[in-house]
Amino acid sequence: MSETLPKNNIFKVIGASSLGTLIEWYDFYIFGSLAVIIGHQLFPEDAGASALINTLAIFAAGFIVRPFGALVFGRLGDLIGRKYTFLLTLVLMGGSTFLIGLIPSYKSIGYAAPILVLILRLIQGLALGGEYGGAATYVAEHAPKNRRGFFTSWIQTTATLGLFLSLGVIVITKNILGAETFGDWGWRIPFLLSIVLVVVSIYIRMKMHESPMFSKLKAEGNISKNPLKESFNNKGNFKMVLLALFGATMGQGVIWYTGQFYAQSFLENTCKLDFNDSRYILLWGIAFATPFFVIFGAWSDKVGRKWIMLTGMLLGIIFYRPIYQMFLDDTDFTKIEKADILSSSPITKSVLIEGTQDSLKTVTTKVLLKNGASFNIVQADTISITKGPLPVKEIMRDKVLPTPVFWKFVGLIFFQILLVTMVYGPIAAFLVELFPTKIRYTSMSLPYHIGNGVFGGLVPFIATLIASFAGATPLSGLWYPIGIATLSLIIGTVYLSNKRDENIND
Amino acid sequence: MNALKKFLGVIWMIAGPLAMAFLIVQAIQKVGLTHTEIERTNTILQWAIILFIFFPISIGLVIFGFYAVKGEYDQLPESSEEV
Repeated sequence: MSETLPKNNIFKVIGASSLGTLIEWYDFYIFGSLAVIIGHQLFPEDAGASALINTLAIFAAGFIVRPFGALVFGRLGDLIGRKYTFLLTLVLMGGSTFLIGLIPSYKSIGYAAPILVLILRLIQGLALGGEYGGAATYVAEHAPKNRRGFFTSWIQTTATLGLFLSLGVIVITKNILGAETFGDWGWRIPFLLSIVLVVVSIYIRMKMHESPMFSKLKAEGNISKNPLKESFNNKGNFKMVLLALFGATMGQGVIWYTGQFYAQSFLENTCKLDFNDSRYILLWGIAFATPFFVIFGAWSDKVGRKWIMLTGMLLGIIFYRPIYQMFLDDTDFTKIEKADILSSSPITKSVLIEGTQDSLKTVTTKVLLKNGASFNIVQADTISITKGPLPVKEIMRDKVLPTPVFWKFVGLIFFQILLVTMVYGPIAAFLVELFPTKIRYTSMSLPYHIGNGVFGGLVPFIATLIASFAGATPLSGLWYPIGIATLSLIIGTVYLSNKRDENIND
Repeated sequence: MNALKKFLGVIWMIAGPLAMAFLIVQAIQKVGLTHTEIERTNTILQWAIILFIFFPISIGLVIFGFYAVKGEYDQLPESSEEV
């Protein structure tokens, strides 16, 4: 583009755009990172596995409405400009997150609690739907044409860094307050903290200028009067929206959410890893892999976007099942010998079950192994006055890994996030180059958010649901991301072009 | 390559309705099992969400296949002006 900014200015543009986007991702992800605790707060105590699945469904609802946010705010962005639109999305996102932190629990207001959270989650989804397309468009429209992949990849890092920030805040808060207080009310702090971050970001964004390309269109009176109609009534645009969705963003979305979310859910809920251990593993994996967003983004400026993204999908298809099998094998402590045990100390607790004459006896045995690993065996024994003794339930949980296995898991998570950087690093530049300026915000946002929000955001929910089917194995849930990535890989290979559209100033 | 694009277009046009039929059958089977074998997980609401979301997407896949069969993707635009 002719109006390319000097290098220090473009980094100001990237910094201001990225900070707001990072905060929006932080807001969006703390909910997913706290799904288990929020599930206990929002649903009845006897809800069992359905509390987690319903909470994941509320989490997914935020993703599902993202395409609608993309349409609503994308239209606003193409009509009134990029700057004011994503100021609005930032306020909506921060406000909703803050309010989630104030919602009373199921015990206080019954099913009004999950309904209110669902409504706020929907607002979060709409806001995020409007945010990302704006930030990516804004940066791309400021960037030099031969370095668009490099500059937009900085925006791409914010999604992962937002997750990193959310995990970091959660782990620190929990370690300061202790597990019991955190589960009781401390989980609200990461939500409430969001308001501070949003105020800072709004201050920075107020100082930003409108995109030069949008300003030029506005000055020339060429702003689209109805970007929705132009995007989707025009066959030429609509066919590219479909191609972007099925050939790129759909596969990219499932690779992203498998590597960053399903992996954590799998480690915590299926492998029964300790709360902190599962998050530390992810934090290290993210820290090592994040620079690769920029590396692959910059590389895509030289070799094109297509094959980098499709290679990421192919590697996910090939390696997901072996990786998750390793997670299962290395956390299977059922075959340990007595000689491996360093110490074992049982603690017994008995409590009356509220509203009944029954009592629940739990025996928690903390087992330490000689290799540094530890875990708890929890035996729950319900003594019912009316039904007599019920079957004893025994689970092994809170597993802490020995150091070599911990770092092996960090390596496996790193590899999955490396695949995320391959599919996600170049995608903003790829989408920006696919659509003309006056309908870009609207057109690129829709396939991005259907691919990521719907296909990707549903990974934890659908994969957990599939794994709950009768006869399913813990790895059965992986067929969903593998199937979607395979379909996207085939469509992308056959239909996508590797050529870059250098002139996006049209 | 263009012949392959068109051939696969037919596959996508068939795959859209097939995927929906598969999901509807799965929903009926799994919701039916809810009270007997599975602990309150495969509920009507959860499956309704899945069907509601994937129905328009399967229609999109059919339209994508239709465009492919018509040769709309034989020559992709190399600049935004051609879109």
